Amino acid sequence: MIDTIVQVVLLLVMPPLLLGVIVKTKAAFAGRVGAPLLQSYYDIIKLFRKGSVLSGTTTWVFLAGPAVTAVAVVLAGLVVPMGGQPAPIRFAGDLILFAYLLALGRFFTTLAALDTGSSFEGMGAAREVTFACLAEPAMFFGLLALARLTGGLSLSGLFGGQVLEAWTSAAPTMVLVLGGFFIVLLVENSRIPFDDPNTHLELTMIHEVMVLDHGGPALGTVLYGAAVKLFVLAAIVVRLAMPAWTDDPLLRWPVFAGSMLLVAVLIGVIESIMARLRLPLVPNLLMGACVLTAFGFVLVLGATS
Amino acid sequence: MTGLILILLAACLLAASGVPGLFAPGRAGWSERVAAGAMVLAGVFGLGGALFAGVGADASMEVAWGLPWGRFEVALDPVTRAFLLPVFLVPALGSVYGLGYWKQRENPGTGRRLRLFYGLMPAAMAMILISRDGVLFLLAWEVMALSAFFLVVTEDDRPEAREAGWVYFVATHVGTLSLFAMFVVMRQATGSFSLIPIEASGASAAVSNAVFVLAAIGFGLKAGLMPLHVWLPGAHANAPSHVSAVLSGVMLNMGIYGLIRMSGLWPTPPTWWGATLLGAGAVSAVVGIAYAIGQDDVKRLLAYSSIENMGIIAIGLGLALIGRATGQSEWAALGLGGAILHAWNHSLFKPLLFFGAGSVLHGTGTRRMDQLGGLAGRMPRTAVLFVIGSVAICALPPLNGFVSELLIYLGLFRTVTGGGVQWPAAAAPALGLAGGLAAAAFAKLCGTVFLGQPRSELSMRAHESTPIMLVPMAVLAVLCVALGIYPAAGAPLIDQAVGMWWSGAGPASPSILTMAPLGWLPLTSVALLGAGVGAYMVLRRAMKPGASPRPGTWDCGYAAPTRRMQYTGSSFSQTLVSLFSWALWPRVRRTKVRGLFPGSGRYRSEVPDAVLDRTVLPGVRIAADFLGWMRLLQQGQIQVYVLYVLLTVLVLFASMYMV
Repeated sequence: MIDTIVQVVLLLVMPPLLLGVIVKTKAAFAGRVGAPLLQSYYDIIKLFRKGSVLSGTTTWVFLAGPAVTAVAVVLAGLVVPMGGQPAPIRFAGDLILFAYLLALGRFFTTLAALDTGSSFEGMGAAREVTFACLAEPAMFFGLLALARLTGGLSLSGLFGGQVLEAWTSAAPTMVLVLGGFFIVLLVENSRIPFDDPNTHLELTMIHEVMVLDHGGPALGTVLYGAAVKLFVLAAIVVRLAMPAWTDDPLLRWPVFAGSMLLVAVLIGVIESIMARLRLPLVPNLLMGACVLTAFGFVLVLGATS
Repeated sequence: MTGLILILLAACLLAASGVPGLFAPGRAGWSERVAAGAMVLAGVFGLGGALFAGVGADASMEVAWGLPWGRFEVALDPVTRAFLLPVFLVPALGSVYGLGYWKQRENPGTGRRLRLFYGLMPAAMAMILISRDGVLFLLAWEVMALSAFFLVVTEDDRPEAREAGWVYFVATHVGTLSLFAMFVVMRQATGSFSLIPIEASGASAAVSNAVFVLAAIGFGLKAGLMPLHVWLPGAHANAPSHVSAVLSGVMLNMGIYGLIRMSGLWPTPPTWWGATLLGAGAVSAVVGIAYAIGQDDVKRLLAYSSIENMGIIAIGLGLALIGRATGQSEWAALGLGGAILHAWNHSLFKPLLFFGAGSVLHGTGTRRMDQLGGLAGRMPRTAVLFVIGSVAICALPPLNGFVSELLIYLGLFRTVTGGGVQWPAAAAPALGLAGGLAAAAFAKLCGTVFLGQPRSELSMRAHESTPIMLVPMAVLAVLCVALGIYPAAGAPLIDQAVGMWWSGAGPASPSILTMAPLGWLPLTSVALLGAGVGAYMVLRRAMKPGASPRPGTWDCGYAAPTRRMQYTGSSFSQTLVSLFSWALWPRVRRTKVRGLFPGSGRYRSEVPDAVLDRTVLPGVRIAADFLGWMRLLQQGQIQVYVLYVLLTVLVLFASMYMV
């Protein structure tokens, strides 16, 4: 019960901090002081206080986009096990619910972008759906490999206590799956090398350009939803990368939060040392991720678990 | 027995619904109301017969008829019952929709014929489902196929409709021929035309395989599985929209039903049967929806999406067959249960989307996406219903499409967690890819048609449809939501159907309720719906929209943007189409840019059907060149054809006495 409450609180409160850590890391690499760690919180609060301008072209879809996306990713966060504990909502097949909740959020974000009638947002929407399609098989091959190794059909089983066993029995597969999921994390959250959240040229953006016309509370919801999505996918990567987990109830949540921050630092490092890929090259990298996890899946086929 | 009689009564009522109209004067409106009333009444009878009169109680009856071959043997069992539901629901709603969409007053030339066949087709489909004799089955099958042909060519003044009609006509007869052969081979094996289970010892492997191949061709053609889908996009696009709804939502199911019925006759089929269906399903799902993305025609996009959905159903069925071959009852329950549930779901959201497309066509006069846009403001109710249908068909939670795909995914995942063969799991990533592509295709469809600004005069002048067209759509949308929130309601029917299919193969199959989280879904679905609507309300209140009139979308300071500069559907799909160009073979025509000051250029891209345009039609042309001399036989006089029939019968009799 306590664990459930802690998970829900962390899921709702912590995500913007990850963005702050990424920005801080990048600033450190660039030799700047950087924005405060809590800047994303200030931004979101500020945006919720602001008024807003709605384009005359838009309809109800424009606001449904951010609302549905935020709700979908929070619900997705409730089926992901965090802190080494089973998730608050878990049942056979919740991994499919997880994947399709992310898809639901994406579908409405895309529709909200198209609702503006702007070509820039159309471009962003087209890229988002294209890259998401290619990330989908990578994720499913990874989930299949984990299901094979752990015998589970829910995320709490896949990312439960048997991850450690899986590492000892099939380390190559786990490395490939971890790599694949990390790439999925980067593309789903529109990070470098797929998309540069800080770019100032609309023509090259993906996620940022889709929400170009959102302002005020709507933009605040968008930012918050994006942060939660990063948090949820990072939690999966953390669980895969750190198979051994402490059972101490006082220690496991601080360890979890600390390792989440580590993932944020890692993303910050990648963003500092890499450039964004040219858009035509992005599908190649995604197919590469798909091949990685598919290979990992094939490696565990036939082996008795 | 009551149920069976109600169903027969409903079938008669359906078949007769269009007859009074034939005697009505051309512009009289009463005949269409009579027809729609009869269809709705038949729907009530039929659904009542299938659902309430003795659920679980199987019934069969036989009536003597005077024909030398075959018997009038009909029965109601769980598999039949599962497939009967859409047959009675969708055409009834479609006939009500047709009152607004295809008014007799506006279409005095075609309305009466349309309604005659619109009633005859579902009547034939009901007969297909309840018949237990090969001859009766084939008779009903032909009535369905021919009614569908006349429905597709309703607008026979349009060359595209005629061409689509002929392609369908040829394709459906290739399928029927295959089914004729199948029943003949089956008679060799079992000694009768009856659809009864074949004992393991009763048929040699070669005969069984021949039956399966012929059934796969015949029923696969009807279901539109790739590469047998060639007739489907044209027929669905060119038929009137409420006809497309029935073709796609109900008639395709007949192919699936046939495959389920036939495959249930063997206690342990070879594994390759299931593998074939699984493979064909995966290809149909991915390539079908990839084609959908490339389309500019709203209804062609929906037609290709039907191919995708039939592919998903075939994946489930293939998994079930593999489970049957290897003795895994869980796979069979999840695969077949998911397939049947997905067939239901497809019968709900696809007619909803075709009705929506018809509403757009009715309101604007065009099916071309790149001429449309901004209809959410002009047709708000159609837009909301269409978005609901799109969310459902993309298998997104909390609507019904998600539940059936979840069952199939669970079955596929179980192949890697348990013992037995593991390769069927490879269909799961294919299903994931198809899901992603479906979301892309329907984001394109909704975005281009309903959002943004109108791209042409046609969509500027769009008008909302009348309630008589909106109410059938609303009924389907409510059913989509209801089945998404409480899928367990359908579980008993599905369990019975799976149990019957599995009965020859081993001990009882487990209930999908014990394997799938149908108890959890109401919670997550209601949470998602409630929180989503709540968040939207809060956000709308928080937005405090300011100055009116509202300004335009931010255009980066460009001074003279026009509506034509919006991102089009074609540009939206361009990257995906080029990524899938190995399968789609898109056609691009553009003028070369020469020199420093090039003149005006043109660019045109389209995604024609590679199988039809590059394989079948050229093949037919070559064959026509070789077989031109056979035109001597085609005199175009009905007496000559009667003579041919007589000669054939004489030859048949002669050969019978010789043997």
